[in-house]
Amino acid sequence: MNADNHVIISVNDLKKHYNGGEIKALDGVTTDIRKGEVVVVIGPSGSGKSTFLRSLNLLERPTGGTITFEGQDITDPSTDINLLRQNMGMVFQHFNLFPHLTILRNMTIAPMKLHGLPKEVAEKKALDLLWRVGLQDRAMAYPSQLSGGQKQRIAIVRALAMDPEVMLFDEPTSALDPEMVGEVLDVMKDLAKAGMTMVCVTHEMGFAREVGTRVIFMDQGRIIEENTPEEIFTNPQNERLQSFLKKVL
Amino acid sequence: MIKSRFCRYCGIKVTGDETSCPKCHQPLPDISVSDSAKKAGQIFIFGLLSILLSAIPFAGIVFAGIAIYQSNRNDLAKNQSKAKTGRILALIGMPLSIIATVFVILTLSVGNIAVWAANTWTGFIYWLEGIPADFENNFITDNRYTYIFKGLGITFEVTIFAALLGIALGIVVALIRSSYATLKEEMHGGFGKGLLKFLNAVAGIYLTVIRGTPVVVQLMITYFVIFASSNNKVLVAVLAFGINSGAYVAEIIRSGIESIDKGQFEAGRSLGFGYVRTMAFIIIPQAFKAVLPALANEFIVLIKETSVSGYIGLQELTKGGDIIRSRTYSAFLPLIAVAAIYLVIVMIFSKLVSLLERRLKNSER
Ligand SMILES: Nc1ncnc2c1ncn2[C@@H]1O[C@H](COP(=O)(O)OP(=O)(O)O)[C@@H](O)[C@H]1O
Ligand SMILES: [Mg+2]
Repeated sequence: MNADNHVIISVNDLKKHYNGGEIKALDGVTTDIRKGEVVVVIGPSGSGKSTFLRSLNLLERPTGGTITFEGQDITDPSTDINLLRQNMGMVFQHFNLFPHLTILRNMTIAPMKLHGLPKEVAEKKALDLLWRVGLQDRAMAYPSQLSGGQKQRIAIVRALAMDPEVMLFDEPTSALDPEMVGEVLDVMKDLAKAGMTMVCVTHEMGFAREVGTRVIFMDQGRIIEENTPEEIFTNPQNERLQSFLKKVL
Repeated sequence: MIKSRFCRYCGIKVTGDETSCPKCHQPLPDISVSDSAKKAGQIFIFGLLSILLSAIPFAGIVFAGIAIYQSNRNDLAKNQSKAKTGRILALIGMPLSIIATVFVILTLSVGNIAVWAANTWTGFIYWLEGIPADFENNFITDNRYTYIFKGLGITFEVTIFAALLGIALGIVVALIRSSYATLKEEMHGGFGKGLLKFLNAVAGIYLTVIRGTPVVVQLMITYFVIFASSNNKVLVAVLAFGINSGAYVAEIIRSGIESIDKGQFEAGRSLGFGYVRTMAFIIIPQAFKAVLPALANEFIVLIKETSVSGYIGLQELTKGGDIIRSRTYSAFLPLIAVAAIYLVIVMIFSKLVSLLERRLKNSER
């Protein structure tokens, strides 16, 4: 579907080794992420999903291979990491909202300090985003006053306030009570439908099927299989994927 | 068995596993009714024992103390009649056993209590009658009170500037140490990394030396060795105490920075903030809040520590009191006055800090 859209991120033979190669969190990962794609990364615990995702915005420094973002090699030491990260929103499992700031301030601090937006503009933008996720009346609240699902929705719009080109999600619903998973997935679905490029590590197979354009199955630091959700779920090739799907579906 | 609990805020009864009150949404206590009934029984027994055993020195006091403490602490048990009775018994048992204890100890140590009491009383009255003259001699004659007031001024001056210097030094040292720990992997060699490594080593030596030697020795070295040619005692004291305090403040702030969840740092960085801005906007404000009590405590330690400045002949509060003592050969009033002033300052300061803490906390609710 997105075959003719241009490649935003290109990952080539990415490696992340710990203890001098004893632990291979990533052991040669190669893939491209195109504009508008919703790539869902699945795989057993410890397979390297988080390491892969966190390498994309250099929260983890790869020990080998290259990543290019919009044609620029970001593993090169001269890259402006901070500028790169402004273009990649990240949503964490544990929300990581700033507890000492109001919701509004959580959402305006980066656009104001990094994009130089005037306060009123940044706030207007933040409020629009809050409307989108139905939390406009919580603008002046502090994170501790919100439920888990609300916190994660705020974390998503906080990242969106920076107008990133890509959104990275690391198990955004894993720390939530079951009844709150839906509200977060709904926000993510809306985002996908609006055309956002997304890389999501998640165990929500329903989400992968419904909005994923491609599913990557990882195990032991490698991509074992990648295909459309349709193919991955109805016609898995690799037996490790087959046994993984048997466990999670 | 179903455990029932009572909401401490609206008083309704809750039977179930809820962690917060269904009516007012405040957190529920996690103690069960049966637990509180047991507690109430204990309070009653201890109250009774405090009366029965009041004749044995200390025993009655201890039991009464336990009963009163338990009934104050345990909101649920407090309102049960057994606990109320136990509390009343303890309130009677407490003075009873204090009197009994004092009586027994005095009998054992001074023999005839009546004679001892009469002598002590006469002595006390004699001492009391002497106080106005003593007061005049210590504080009024030759305007001796000025030793106290001028001393207090110098104590304030030294403490405040030393605290400012300590905080500045402490922040710098803490940032050097924690940024070296975080950035040593991110930086790619070169001048910046070499400089940071050097500063980190210097900071390490500073912390070791300052925290490994007594402050009074540091003060004397500063005065008699380093600034041997200067006679500005206030400046020397500010430097010595400030440099000393900086080492402790550095460790307090570093522990505060390290106490902040790593996810906060990553969230700041992932938005695009660099190391410095992430520290400034995200980490330091939270760390400061976390270490405020420890910093306040350091200030209190500092103000009391300046009392050793007499070693370099600086006439601050303590030295002022001591000078009066050496003139009047009367130790009681000047030293008590000095102690009372320190106490009042520390209490006022503690109160201010707890108000500030409450305000900071409220901002997160
Ligand atoms: N700092 C580290 N030191 C050593 N091993 C690590 C470190 N971080 C991650 N790993 C290892 O890398 C592997 C991949 O981890 P991760 O990417 O978190 O997996 P996933 O997100 O798929 O559960 C795991 O085996 C983990 O133990
Ligand atoms: Mg993970």
